[in-house]
Amino acid sequence: MSQVNRLSGGLVDRETALDFSFDGKRYQGVAGDTLASALLANGVRLMGRSFKYHRPRGVLSAGSEEPNALVELRDGARREPNTRATCVELYDGLLANSQNRIGSLRFDAMAVNDLLSPFLAAGFYYKTFMWPRAFWEKVYEPIIRNAAGLGRLSKQEDPDSYDKGFLHCDLLIVGAGPAGLAAALTAGRSGKRVILADEDFRMGGRLNCETFALGDQSGADWAAATVAELTGMDNVRLLPRTTVLGAFDHGIYAAVERVSDHLTQPAANRVRQTLWRIYASRTLLTAGATERPVAFENNDRPGIMLAGAMRSYANRWAVTPGQKVAVFTNNDDGLRTAVDLAAKGVTIAAVIDSRKDATPLEGFNHLRGALVVNSRGRLGLREISVRLADGSLHKIACDALGVSGGWNPNVQLTCHQRGRPVWDDTLAAFVPGGSLPTGMSVAGAAMGDMTTTGALVSGARAAMEALELSGSAPDMPQAEDAPCSPTPLWFVSEGKGRAWVDLQNDVTVKDVKLSHQEGFVSVEHLKRYTTLGMATDQGKTSNVTALAVMAELTGKTIPETGTTIFRPPYTPVAIGAFAGRSSGKDFRPTRLTPSHKWAGEQGAEFVEVGAWLRAQWFPKAGESSWRQSVDREVLAVRKSVGVCDVTTLGKIDVQGADAATFLNRIYCNGFAKLAVGKVRYGLMLREDGMAMDDGTAARMAEDHFVVTTTTANAVGISRHMEFARQCLWPDLDVTLISTTEAWAQYAVAGPNARKLLQKIVDPEFDISNEAFPFMGCGEITVCGGLRARLFRISFSGELAFELAVPTQYGDALIRRLMAEGEEFDVVAYGTETLGVLRIEKGHAAGNELNGQTSALNLGMGRMVSKKKDSIGSILSEREGMTADRHRFVGFKAVNAGDAVVAGAHLMNKGSVENAANDQGWVSSAAYSPVLGSSIGIGFLVDGDTRLGEIMVAANPLEGSSVNVEVVSAHFVDPDGERLRG
Amino acid sequence: MIINHPLLGPRDSQEFTYLGDASLMHRPDRQGENAGEAFYEYQYQRDNPAGLHRELWYHEQGDRSWLVVTRDTTTHEITDVKLARDVARSEGRST
Repeated sequence: MSQVNRLSGGLVDRETALDFSFDGKRYQGVAGDTLASALLANGVRLMGRSFKYHRPRGVLSAGSEEPNALVELRDGARREPNTRATCVELYDGLLANSQNRIGSLRFDAMAVNDLLSPFLAAGFYYKTFMWPRAFWEKVYEPIIRNAAGLGRLSKQEDPDSYDKGFLHCDLLIVGAGPAGLAAALTAGRSGKRVILADEDFRMGGRLNCETFALGDQSGADWAAATVAELTGMDNVRLLPRTTVLGAFDHGIYAAVERVSDHLTQPAANRVRQTLWRIYASRTLLTAGATERPVAFENNDRPGIMLAGAMRSYANRWAVTPGQKVAVFTNNDDGLRTAVDLAAKGVTIAAVIDSRKDATPLEGFNHLRGALVVNSRGRLGLREISVRLADGSLHKIACDALGVSGGWNPNVQLTCHQRGRPVWDDTLAAFVPGGSLPTGMSVAGAAMGDMTTTGALVSGARAAMEALELSGSAPDMPQAEDAPCSPTPLWFVSEGKGRAWVDLQNDVTVKDVKLSHQEGFVSVEHLKRYTTLGMATDQGKTSNVTALAVMAELTGKTIPETGTTIFRPPYTPVAIGAFAGRSSGKDFRPTRLTPSHKWAGEQGAEFVEVGAWLRAQWFPKAGESSWRQSVDREVLAVRKSVGVCDVTTLGKIDVQGADAATFLNRIYCNGFAKLAVGKVRYGLMLREDGMAMDDGTAARMAEDHFVVTTTTANAVGISRHMEFARQCLWPDLDVTLISTTEAWAQYAVAGPNARKLLQKIVDPEFDISNEAFPFMGCGEITVCGGLRARLFRISFSGELAFELAVPTQYGDALIRRLMAEGEEFDVVAYGTETLGVLRIEKGHAAGNELNGQTSALNLGMGRMVSKKKDSIGSILSEREGMTADRHRFVGFKAVNAGDAVVAGAHLMNKGSVENAANDQGWVSSAAYSPVLGSSIGIGFLVDGDTRLGEIMVAANPLEGSSVNVEVVSAHFVDPDGERLRG
Repeated sequence: MIINHPLLGPRDSQEFTYLGDASLMHRPDRQGENAGEAFYEYQYQRDNPAGLHRELWYHEQGDRSWLVVTRDTTTHEITDVKLARDVARSEGRST
């Protein structure tokens, strides 16, 4: 059996045969085929099983509106479920499988659902799985999960790459049918920048599917000639295989280009798809119209399809869906199907026309005033039952039936900014209405101009208007201008069986009636109760029919009943396209510290700190746990000297005559009188009075400060300071710039820190305790003339400096420091040791400055100057803030072996461990090798007056509680003698 | 959305960080009467109009200008964009 249904003519290349397989069976198609047309050519009508009842289904349409013919395309990691066979461009070696079946497609075990249909009507979910309650999680949900969904995900990593791109144009044209091509020609010849996008791989829309002429050419030839002319224009960009999926604010559109989906796999270094963000001054929607079916009993059998799609298959793909075909229509357009197929030699069994007054179609069995009321054929159509105008019932044998209920303009994109379509009685359809997205106009069938002439003329005119072109539009060829004239017919109500409205979700006329009976009358309720219009087709062939059924039930008109609102995307989009390049390691940039390369050579473990990778600790040979490494690093710093890369801390350069005044308002403590060459710790509050961030400000000159922020808040503090500078005090003479990346900065800490630095600081700079005391700063040179900044500040509590050099010297500096420090047994230390050192010293950090604590909580209440204005000072005095009695203290495990855990909550001994008895919390904890015990810092009610008390640090999450003693947070060197030494 | 930056021309809103109501520029005088009450109002009370809204956007991925953008919250239409610094000065803020 090879291509039994292939006809003559068409826009396919018979010379190029393409092999493909469906459900393991091998077939042959030709270049230009879609998977659907190739299957039909091979006489395959059965392509899938329906969602709920597992009914045998074939192809309904020839485009992206397809609800039935969903397949799993490709295999392995590239397997893609729910792919519409009508949109899949055939390529050699294509592999597809049907889905949503157990067993074979012909004998699907789940077809038992069809027999159970009385129990599976709309809302069965909500009614059936209510009780017993305990069944939900263990019984019902697994069954439903198993039965739900259609295709299977590969569950493997996507092997393809995706890209994002940006395009700008004067006019974006969405859809390359007659209206779109006419518009593109008009706009292109004017020299404006034009983008013409079409979801199909061949531009031309219905022109490729119809037989009527444009002037002395066929529609397809005119389309091809027009595309050729447009291709030659530098100002026109053609985007075939590209779906404009959404209209966003201010003329921004998203479009996905399927760059490689028509190939077995993307070529080397090519992406699979590109997501375009298109900035369009004006947009013309020429997306055409979608035919709608008429619902009747058993209208879902393979072989029953839209009449226009049938014509597409015959004229464009040279395929007939059957050997004996019938047509069921309520309009003149449906008659064309009979004429076109007959012209190709296909037997037309009958033309069933619901209109009594239709003009007789000569040479055909044109049954006027007749209705198709039922059909037969288990795996494909064999026979239809027709109620004639005289009331008699006739059975007509046929293996395909084309159904036309009229055409719905594709208004989707006009709704994306809350435009509401309006009802057009003549067309019996919704046309664009309300406020359209910025800069959008609509032409052609999408606007309700259903004839070819109408499309050409309105397309050209709309382009002229959108671009405000003067003169006359290019001449358009003569074309058919026959109105479609449908007589509304939505469903045939004869019989008790099921008549499908939404084929994809198995929603029948009965379900809509049930929804009405049960009070779900509003369109939005109908949709959610029955699932109508959901899933991959978004109701493109079903929404309006469902509205019409509901309108009839409520006795209202269709516009009174409402319309569902369309949202992006127009058709399904692979998640990978939205992610673009932002996947895996490229999800966000990774920031590396200047010592990263060196640390890697030392075997450092790294940790993500925001976007930064920082060394966490430096394991040495023989160390089997991180604690061993960290304990060693801590003890080495306290005993001799250690070096830590602190580049990630935010650095903001503040310059100008008013720099001191400015900082005085940014920090809650005073900065106006800070001497040049001095550093001061500063606490910033939010305007609501809570602590925001802390750091140091070093006065390098009268009009120059270097401010540091925490790593996490570097960006936010810069933003905050710019806000204050530009919005609050616009005339202060001060400028800010972030220099975080410009300087590599190392903390050198420990009793031998000065000795080590003296080996590299150039001799003309005296860094003795007298010349360079605690909290001093200055510009110096190191290593024989390299400019550097030195700050005598200490986070560890030891004698410590921070040394900054231009970033490009950061790698050399760490190597030099470590080499020169060998005589002091210098260690490099990472973020873990940094944490232990600061907890031992009782310095607050991110865990303490978490946005929920005040200066008062932190034991810095007196730092908030009342003598000056600073951000947050006023509201820090409000009642709610001053009444909070939590105070910053330390905790030490009573039993040295117990671990104090950050996040543990503090309870009085003997009290029930619950929220009502909560006395505070441990915010940071560590094992202190200096104290030989687990310690913590945190906030305790009246903590400053409770030193020596034994509390319980409760950790109900892990079911552990340990006794802790309340102590000063300054475990090591509480008097600060070391750091001043 | 596209924000027409007074210095740089039309820029995609993705380049900006949003803060909120432009009344955040009206920071009260600490020395004023009822300063506590005024700061409370300033910090916590906002209008939430369905319609035109003056709001602060920061060109974080650009020139670090703070802008006052007038946007219709029902349509996203932007009718006016000014440098916040100019607005602040015109409203009498200085040093």
